[in-house]
Amino acid sequence: MAKLRVATTSLAGCFGCHMSFLDIDERLFSLVEAVEFDRSPLTDIKRCGPCDIGIVEGGVCNAENVHVLREFRRNCRILVAIGACAINGGVPAMRNNIDLWDCFQEVYQYEGGTEGRVVPNDPELPLPFDKVHPIYEVVKVDYFLPGCPPPADAIWRLLTDLAAGREPRLDYTMLHYD
Amino acid sequence: MIQTCSAVDNPDSVLKPILARHGANPTRLVQILREVQERAGHVSDDAVTALAAALGIPRVRVEGVASFYSFFRRESHGAYEILLSDNITDHMQGKKELMQYLCEKLWIEPGKVSEDGLVSVWNTSDTGICDQGPAALVNGYAVPALSRNRIDLMVELMRAKKSLADWPPMLFEVRDNIRKPGVLLGQPFEPGSALETVIARGASATLKEMERSKLRGRGGAGFPTAVKWASCSRAAGKTRYVVCNADEGEPGTFKDRVLLTSYADLVFEGMTVCARVIGAAKGLVYLRGEYRYLLERLEAALEARRRANLLGSNILGEKGFDFDIEIHLGAGAYICGEESALIESLEGKRGQPRNRPPYPDTHGYLGEPTAVDNVETFACSALIAKHGGDWFAGIGTAESSGTKLLSVSGDVKRPGIYEYPFGVTVREVLRDCGAASPQAVQISGPSGSCISWKEFDRRIAFEDLPTAGAFMVFSRERDMFEVARNFSHFFAHESCGFCTPCRVGTTLLRKTMDKIHAGHGSAYDMDEMRHLSRILKTMSHCGLGHTAANPVVDTMAKFPDAYERKLKELAFEPSFDLDGALDTARRITGRDDPWAHIGEEP
Repeated sequence: MAKLRVATTSLAGCFGCHMSFLDIDERLFSLVEAVEFDRSPLTDIKRCGPCDIGIVEGGVCNAENVHVLREFRRNCRILVAIGACAINGGVPAMRNNIDLWDCFQEVYQYEGGTEGRVVPNDPELPLPFDKVHPIYEVVKVDYFLPGCPPPADAIWRLLTDLAAGREPRLDYTMLHYD
Repeated sequence: MIQTCSAVDNPDSVLKPILARHGANPTRLVQILREVQERAGHVSDDAVTALAAALGIPRVRVEGVASFYSFFRRESHGAYEILLSDNITDHMQGKKELMQYLCEKLWIEPGKVSEDGLVSVWNTSDTGICDQGPAALVNGYAVPALSRNRIDLMVELMRAKKSLADWPPMLFEVRDNIRKPGVLLGQPFEPGSALETVIARGASATLKEMERSKLRGRGGAGFPTAVKWASCSRAAGKTRYVVCNADEGEPGTFKDRVLLTSYADLVFEGMTVCARVIGAAKGLVYLRGEYRYLLERLEAALEARRRANLLGSNILGEKGFDFDIEIHLGAGAYICGEESALIESLEGKRGQPRNRPPYPDTHGYLGEPTAVDNVETFACSALIAKHGGDWFAGIGTAESSGTKLLSVSGDVKRPGIYEYPFGVTVREVLRDCGAASPQAVQISGPSGSCISWKEFDRRIAFEDLPTAGAFMVFSRERDMFEVARNFSHFFAHESCGFCTPCRVGTTLLRKTMDKIHAGHGSAYDMDEMRHLSRILKTMSHCGLGHTAANPVVDTMAKFPDAYERKLKELAFEPSFDLDGALDTARRITGRDDPWAHIGEEP
């Protein structure tokens, strides 16, 4: 059987969901039997090719996030939002109540950055949005895996269910966080 | 007395008389807050602290109640607060343009208080004056039939800082617009005549008459009134209560307004009949805040009944027949039309629905057996007590006895109140009210059902189309999508926030409707709305959530074109303008390079 191709990325996230993914521990060995990784922080491949599953951590806070997210949506048959930030905006979205200009002033003008008190305008820097958005507001999302981060077992279950061609189902204990 | 809200420097002078009047009783918190609001223009932090201390309850409880109701303000909203009714019928009568005109005249932005603190203008849910809209509330008092002329006059009066008491009374004149009276509205009623019959006949024989009448609740659900009363009279309790639900918050409904304006005696007599049957000593009318202007008139009607010994002790000389009625005002919460939320509100709490069962007939106001009925139900009860159950059961259809008051509004020549025996077809009503080229009727308000021109032969009756009375007519020119979108805003605003499916679901529904309206909708959004509707219907705590998706579900099924012509052909559309959302950052950084833009996806 051909291996499933899986791509992962972190947008406006903290890589916590990726860390939780690694927490599947020795099951990683059985996982690489069944899947092959495309673009992912684990492989350092820079561009995503055609994939079966795309896993996106983090919300959308800047223009680059949109480009990455669209690349994932174009290439991945199934797109999964994992973690609170991808689903709701999460911690980065706490800036949504603050005016963007106030943010820039606080960061670059009051204290002064490495290049003095100027707002950087290098085209290589991703331009931030007014607000941080959950990814479903930008592309169609097929599955949402909640948690901050989702437990390793939940990520394992999601992947193995999808690999087996089953509709993913999470037990109550995997969605219960206190 | 109508007065202008003014900032009062000394909160003590405001609170003391109010607290004295209410006996520092925390179950009267909603009434206390309402009076503080009316006197001081808002409920200040100091007032909240002082009330908590005086009533011996935690500050958060006062805060919780004060923040629950739309009409309670924690900050001043100006000496004059103008709230424009936001129902679809008001929009159809030009509300949006008039609001803009008003704001331009006053040099203010909607939702913000003018710099001199004089005035603010904002929206409120339907005010129950759909037959003579667009309507507004000025410091809580209804002003119907807004027009440029009337707005000019209002602005002049506000600029001159005239107290509301000095405004011309014609501004506040709300007409009854009774277009077709029947047995309920058409015959004069002699106060006390039903009670005399009841006293002569006795309580249990009166209950028998109620059974024979087959009267069903007029609030929409249609529960047999006699069953409720019988259960209430059997239930164990120290005392019993009669509660009249005059919260009439369903957009498009205004028949209770007319009953309370011109047939108050009939309603109060019905409550007294109920009291006799179930053995209650106290009655409460829960009058929606929007009908504040009726309060003094209703109080006067009660006083007249007391003088005539139709209320008080030993009513009409019958020993031990003691009953009196008190009026509580709501404060702008649609959810309080739900009977258990209404009781919570009567008890001075946030209007959040209780778990049912137990139902109010055994565990109602203050935990005691309580008969909660609609205004119209009580009016019918008085007539049944007077004329007998068989007479009433002879009118209408087999399962829906009697007549029904319909509040007709929208695209009709003669909006107003129409009384029909149950069983009347929608087509007959449309003909009588002069509806030109109707395409749809919203029966029983947003929580009811939307029917298309193909269904105009259906009948108003519990067997077919049950209704609480709203009958909003939409002509061929109207966009039914916009009708549903207006209702989705209504439900998102009125969800009480207690349960997640409703709190989140109504807001998501509103956002999706707005997304489609903005031209960003796709087939995907339609599927999402169907999914959301199922969640709302099956998972919500009370009727508000169960019915909140009805307008969207009905119009999607019956007017698919209204949606489809707004959809982009893509499978998915972002819910915001991606490039536009970078605008601020572009201005701050001064960038305009290709990476500072996001184009449409290829």
